[in-house]
Amino acid sequence: MRLAVGGRIDRGKMLRFTWNGRALSGFAGDTIASALLANDVKIVARSFKYHRPRGLFAAWVDEPNAVVDVRWNGQHDPNARATLVALRDGMVITGVNGFPSVDRDVAASLDLLHRFLPAGFYYKSFMAPSWHYYEPRIRAMAGLGRVGEATETRSFETRNARSDVLVIGAGPAGLAAAKAARATGASVLLVDDRAALGGSLLWDTATIDDVPAHAWATAAIAGVRVLSRTTVFGAYDQGSFALLEDRAEAPEGWAAPRLWVVRAKRVIFATGAIERPLVFPDNDRPGIMAASAVLDYLRQYGVLAGRQVIVATNNDSAYGVAEALRDAGAAVEIADARDDAPAIPGIKVRSATVPLGTGGRGGLAWVDLGPRDGSRRDRVSADLLAVSGGWSPAVHLFSQAGGALQWDADLAAFVPMQAGQLVAGSVTGAADLATCLAQGHAAGLAATDAGDLVGPRTAAASPVRPILPLWGLDLPGTRQWVDYQNDVTAKDVRLAASEGYRSVEHLKRYTTLGMATDQGKTSNVNGLAILADATGQAISEVGTTKFRPPFTPVPLAAIAGLRHGALFAPLRHLPVHDDHLALGAEMRDYGGWARPACYRGIGETTEAAIKREAANARFRVGLFDGSSLGKIEVYGPDAAAFLNLMYYNEVANLRPGRLRYCLLLRETGVVFDDGVVGRLAADRYLLSPSSSHTAGVLAMLELWHQTEYPTMQVAFHDVTAAWATFAISGPKSRDVVAGLGSGADLSDQALPHMAMTENFIGSVPCRIARVSFTGERSYEVSVPSGYAQSLWQHLLDLGAAAGIMPYGIESLSVLRAEKGYILIGTDTDGMTLPVDLGLEGPLRAKKIDFVGKRSLLTPDATRADRRQLVGLLPADPETVPVPGSHAVLREGGASRSLGWITTACRSPVLQRSVALGMIESGRARMGEEISLFHLGKLSRARIVAPCFYDPAGEKLHG
Amino acid sequence: MLALPCPHCGTRDEAEFQFGGEPAVRPPSSVSDTVWADYLYMRRNEKGAHRELWCHAGGCGQWFVLTRDTATHAVLP
Repeated sequence: MRLAVGGRIDRGKMLRFTWNGRALSGFAGDTIASALLANDVKIVARSFKYHRPRGLFAAWVDEPNAVVDVRWNGQHDPNARATLVALRDGMVITGVNGFPSVDRDVAASLDLLHRFLPAGFYYKSFMAPSWHYYEPRIRAMAGLGRVGEATETRSFETRNARSDVLVIGAGPAGLAAAKAARATGASVLLVDDRAALGGSLLWDTATIDDVPAHAWATAAIAGVRVLSRTTVFGAYDQGSFALLEDRAEAPEGWAAPRLWVVRAKRVIFATGAIERPLVFPDNDRPGIMAASAVLDYLRQYGVLAGRQVIVATNNDSAYGVAEALRDAGAAVEIADARDDAPAIPGIKVRSATVPLGTGGRGGLAWVDLGPRDGSRRDRVSADLLAVSGGWSPAVHLFSQAGGALQWDADLAAFVPMQAGQLVAGSVTGAADLATCLAQGHAAGLAATDAGDLVGPRTAAASPVRPILPLWGLDLPGTRQWVDYQNDVTAKDVRLAASEGYRSVEHLKRYTTLGMATDQGKTSNVNGLAILADATGQAISEVGTTKFRPPFTPVPLAAIAGLRHGALFAPLRHLPVHDDHLALGAEMRDYGGWARPACYRGIGETTEAAIKREAANARFRVGLFDGSSLGKIEVYGPDAAAFLNLMYYNEVANLRPGRLRYCLLLRETGVVFDDGVVGRLAADRYLLSPSSSHTAGVLAMLELWHQTEYPTMQVAFHDVTAAWATFAISGPKSRDVVAGLGSGADLSDQALPHMAMTENFIGSVPCRIARVSFTGERSYEVSVPSGYAQSLWQHLLDLGAAAGIMPYGIESLSVLRAEKGYILIGTDTDGMTLPVDLGLEGPLRAKKIDFVGKRSLLTPDATRADRRQLVGLLPADPETVPVPGSHAVLREGGASRSLGWITTACRSPVLQRSVALGMIESGRARMGEEISLFHLGKLSRARIVAPCFYDPAGEKLHG
Repeated sequence: MLALPCPHCGTRDEAEFQFGGEPAVRPPSSVSDTVWADYLYMRRNEKGAHRELWCHAGGCGQWFVLTRDTATHAVLP
């Protein structure tokens, strides 16, 4: 229930929301959890495995139960953590893992079968015939929210920050540390995951430096850079930390979370501590909460979680909670497991008493209290049981950052071993304000190696009575919960131990203890302590599981940030992109470029368009935009010698004005790229790598130049975007190019196939290269890309009478396949050597150690049974085999693969299907008929030379 | 999330760099298949001080050799 006064909420701003369809309200400043608690909602979730009803246990990051489905303003979070999400007006909140609802869940009957569903049950029971047979059904029964179909549309941002000192946690210790470090002149970044800084100071009645604690907190951060509502979720290399800033309450309105990467010279861990539950029978009933969480809801949100309260504890910290509840009007009784419980005014205190069991439908109605051995039971009515099993320092980040932990038996806690790392506050096990402030101050000074400053003053703490560790009760036949979210009981832990899982890491994986979305923040220490008891080890021997990022769940979209879609890999546009669209081009992504696939006429199929475009380029004249083709200029007196070391083919003897088709290899001998190398002058080359390999080729040249041949005088310049290139292909191509009036001599003597010339069209420089990927007479005309559009339109006009038509990549793919021209990465793979492609000449002729040469001389490279490029003519000329189909050979009663189809199409000029493939000993199999296998079907094809059209090249040379 | 010192541009975020692996001395083609295969494929992959190639690809484009502790990611002189 909500109290009339108190809390840090804005009672002037009411927020409406629905919970499982019920209309409820809360206030600005509420979390979903505090609003539900204020409305006396008891059951907030069903447990993962047994579908047991669960209520709120904690108030912050440690909450194990309250995972809810939230829809708001078009956004959907199927697994929102109710304690961390600020309530907003109009939120539609639904419980998860319950059908029809978490209040009445038909799968709750699963809990009756719990005897048959212990830890490891799945591993033992669902193995025949295969786990995969059962998995979908089990997954449907277990689990959390249902993920929506919608794509993430929120825009996540990423920020970087640096500071001298990073202080994690803005409780008393963190504030004192930040204040001290700042006072020495250091830049300080203070991060806290809650909206308001101060931690316990927000409601502490103490004074610091003679002013109220919360006022001191406000003054302490002068000059300190503060990130609130920000969780440091991971410690990474070289002292870098990853942070997630929740901006749902940003002043400018709701904004998606922001990821921060922070680098600091020193970091101070003031990360606080997390209260542990007590382990006793039926300790998971809604209405059983951490004592500190009860206080949190009271002080932060003005919510009294119960009117008739039992506080069960084994340490002193819960006494303050009991007093606060008493002062808020609740009837309070304390059950202290220790013998020497003190008297507290207005509160009945029982010594040597623990909860032995609980009862109630849909919530808590009574608690059985008695001694630990269960020899006596006193049933006491209660609607809230606040428990404290002691405190676990939040050592997660400290440990992630490489800090070592040690078991402190007096505190019954793993605490940081302080060797070189700076820690302060309750993360060290400190339990009182004065110690926290002193530790924080000392850490702040140590972080900057500065001199002495006077630290904050507050009243000395009263002595603390030691904790009595309690790791469950020895009461056979009871169910005592350790991990609420993943439904792990003390019995499950003991079962795992008896089955040989003695390592805490094995325990975790076998029982799933600590593997839920809360990552076992409340359950880990209880679990490993029970394991220690069951295996006869000391807790220090068992140790903890490894702490790994993230501390709290982080959306993957936040890590991706803006690195998605077009912002991550923008599709490059051709200089005449709009002209292609105007011609009806269907643009597709080819190696990062948006290029025309084909230009479909109205009502025309893609197949018909390809056939039309290909035929036109063969028999009349076609126009192709090759602007994306790489253009790397190579300069310098050593350009020829250097490129000769890079290329498989000889390029040093190339005469200026001549072109050569060349391969680039990796040092492993594998074909990396192919392309035309042109020599513009004695000291100047122009390379044309594949469109998608240009950056890779440039990087390769730089790597070899810088690391292997640094003294060679050569430089590289990628001018791909500076020039537009259009290919004019077909028997009438020369007439069209002649119309440009470039002054170039286009006769076959002056400009034969594989030659180029530099001229001008008017005052515009142009390059005309006679090179072909279609098998027809072709000219590539290049101009500075600013002139691309006028050249493109000019060529269309010039060729109109000859029947010029643009053709796209798909049409080009057919034309090149008919000629047997390979595409790197399509017809080759990561094992293809030049000899496999039938290109053996350079290996024999070239004497220098070009890249990859030695690899071509190994036994593997010279095997006779390597797969080799061949042509394939399917027996059925109407069937186009699917690339990837295997050529199979029956040998000794079994089939084996001889290789596969790499390219296949229907050839318009041959009016039949043709294919290219890599076939074992292919060149020795010319004329053989082989079997092709695809998806269970066999077909036949004949092996032929990999060129189906104009093998003599008469069309090419004119 | 390493920060690496580019000798030309200063310390920059790891995202700007491309890793090039351990530097290997390229043998002449007269060596045996075994020596060539070692050059191609065998790396020491040591724990501790490790000499490696990096390229400041998102900056000056220059390759350089860096010694890094592979256990701590500390950049060594």
